[in-house]
Amino acid sequence: MNIDNIRNDFPILHQEVFGHPLVYLDNAATTQKPQCVIDTIRQYYEKDNSNIHRGVHSLSERATKDYEAARETIRDFFNAKSSKEVIFTRGTTESINLVASSWGNANIGKDDEVLITHMEHHSNIVPWQMLCERTGAKLKIIPMNEAGELDLTAYAELLSERTKLVGIVHMSNALGTINPIADMIKQAHQVGAKVLIDGAQAAAHIATDIQALDIDFYATSAHKMYGPTGVGVLIAKEELLNAMPPYQGGGDMILIVTFDKTQYNELPHKFEAGTPNIAGVIGFGEALKYISNIGFSAIEKREKELLDYATKKAQSFEGLRQIGTAKDKACVLSFVLDGVHPHDLGTILDREGVAIRAGHHCAMPVMQFYKVPATARASFSIYNTEAEVDALFTALEKARDMFA
Amino acid sequence: MFSLGDLYKEVIIDHTKAPRNFGKLEPCSHDAEGFNPLCGDQLHVYLQIDDNNIIEDVKFEGQGCSISTASASLMTQALKGKSVANFNTMFSAFHDMATADMDDKPDEDVLGKLAVLAGVKEFPSRIKCATLCWHTVKSAIEDAGQPAKTE
Repeated sequence: MNIDNIRNDFPILHQEVFGHPLVYLDNAATTQKPQCVIDTIRQYYEKDNSNIHRGVHSLSERATKDYEAARETIRDFFNAKSSKEVIFTRGTTESINLVASSWGNANIGKDDEVLITHMEHHSNIVPWQMLCERTGAKLKIIPMNEAGELDLTAYAELLSERTKLVGIVHMSNALGTINPIADMIKQAHQVGAKVLIDGAQAAAHIATDIQALDIDFYATSAHKMYGPTGVGVLIAKEELLNAMPPYQGGGDMILIVTFDKTQYNELPHKFEAGTPNIAGVIGFGEALKYISNIGFSAIEKREKELLDYATKKAQSFEGLRQIGTAKDKACVLSFVLDGVHPHDLGTILDREGVAIRAGHHCAMPVMQFYKVPATARASFSIYNTEAEVDALFTALEKARDMFA
Repeated sequence: MFSLGDLYKEVIIDHTKAPRNFGKLEPCSHDAEGFNPLCGDQLHVYLQIDDNNIIEDVKFEGQGCSISTASASLMTQALKGKSVANFNTMFSAFHDMATADMDDKPDEDVLGKLAVLAGVKEFPSRIKCATLCWHTVKSAIEDAGQPAKTE
């Protein structure tokens, strides 16, 4: 894996911010886009733009073909059983809301329980809270330890025949923890619960085989995988999707509409009401091809190397407290620095060209657990270098000196 | 171009490290909480306003970044002994300063020492840090303590 070549694939990286080379370490918020994805989207709008699934003209046929080819690329990437199981959405958040509304309303009652982990992103907390408010079901939380690892003994005790759904983040965006989803899914299935995996943070960094893991519902977003914003996917088992009522009504999700009754379309179209983000879906497909060309074994090895390098520097940096030190983690260095609020760090680092995230990372319960209002988070990707990690720590020294 | 030094002036660093009037005011006639949902800043302001609408005392507590802490600290110093009408004038002047065009000079007659925070206008993501405490006092006085938000 040649980092220089990879960096050359990403035009945005080659710029200066306040006179310093851009050091982009906010990949957990969104990754940058390679030239091939930008070109694919541009080509679509320049050559093929038209609505899909309805036109008989050439442009519509080309757009439809490319849109459906992207669905197949995505199916193959995650090893879903059938492209009927691949539903395009606006992103992970909409995918989870779709499940909580459609499947949740039909399958969750007042004596039931929904189990989620303490390290979920708000998008895998709030839709379940809303569902529980509607139905009277109980939301229960799988606790974690100081390192930011799930308490699996507590998990086993929380599971019961009342558990109808378990929602687990594959990789925590706030901590970097990779959760042992394979075992957790098996345990959930033993009590008859369905499992939703939030793959938003993990999907670009670790291989996910939906059939091997036996995932019932899988949600992820294109923009954290080098693809465009505003598009994501829900992959769910066909029999579950068939039994679920539609989430939204409108065009494309119907077969026949009369004022008396509407007959819904087949999967996956039943869940894709309205004109979708066609360019986004096609760009998503291209992004996954880009990842596949590099390959997960190379990606995982390189990203581990870089995180190890950054973690060593963090450990010897005076006044720095790491938030999230799980044994199994990737790509995220979350921390607080004595005497300097994360928000101030964000501003000071920006002036050095270093882009990090400061805040609660849409995971306020994680902040509450560590009793911090916010953390600073540097998050890495395939195009980051050791020199960029050095630039981060040089900028941190500057921030520390400023408040000394 | 504004430099970091224009934002993090010595006075601001000093108030960050040793915020003035920090803590709970008991008893108090008015109080409110303020939140900045983007960054997680939380603030609670307490005011003792007498029958003549004079702010006899004002304190704050909470957690936030350097700009929000220093701004609240400087604000409490500036408001002590002022009337509610004075507060309204200062609120407007402060708000104008934080959101003004780069070339506009702050109204130092009204703002006095608070003009030290003029640098925030060059840092759009930080303006709300500086104004949160002012919005919180406003809601304590006007809205019977409804939580103030910067969003």
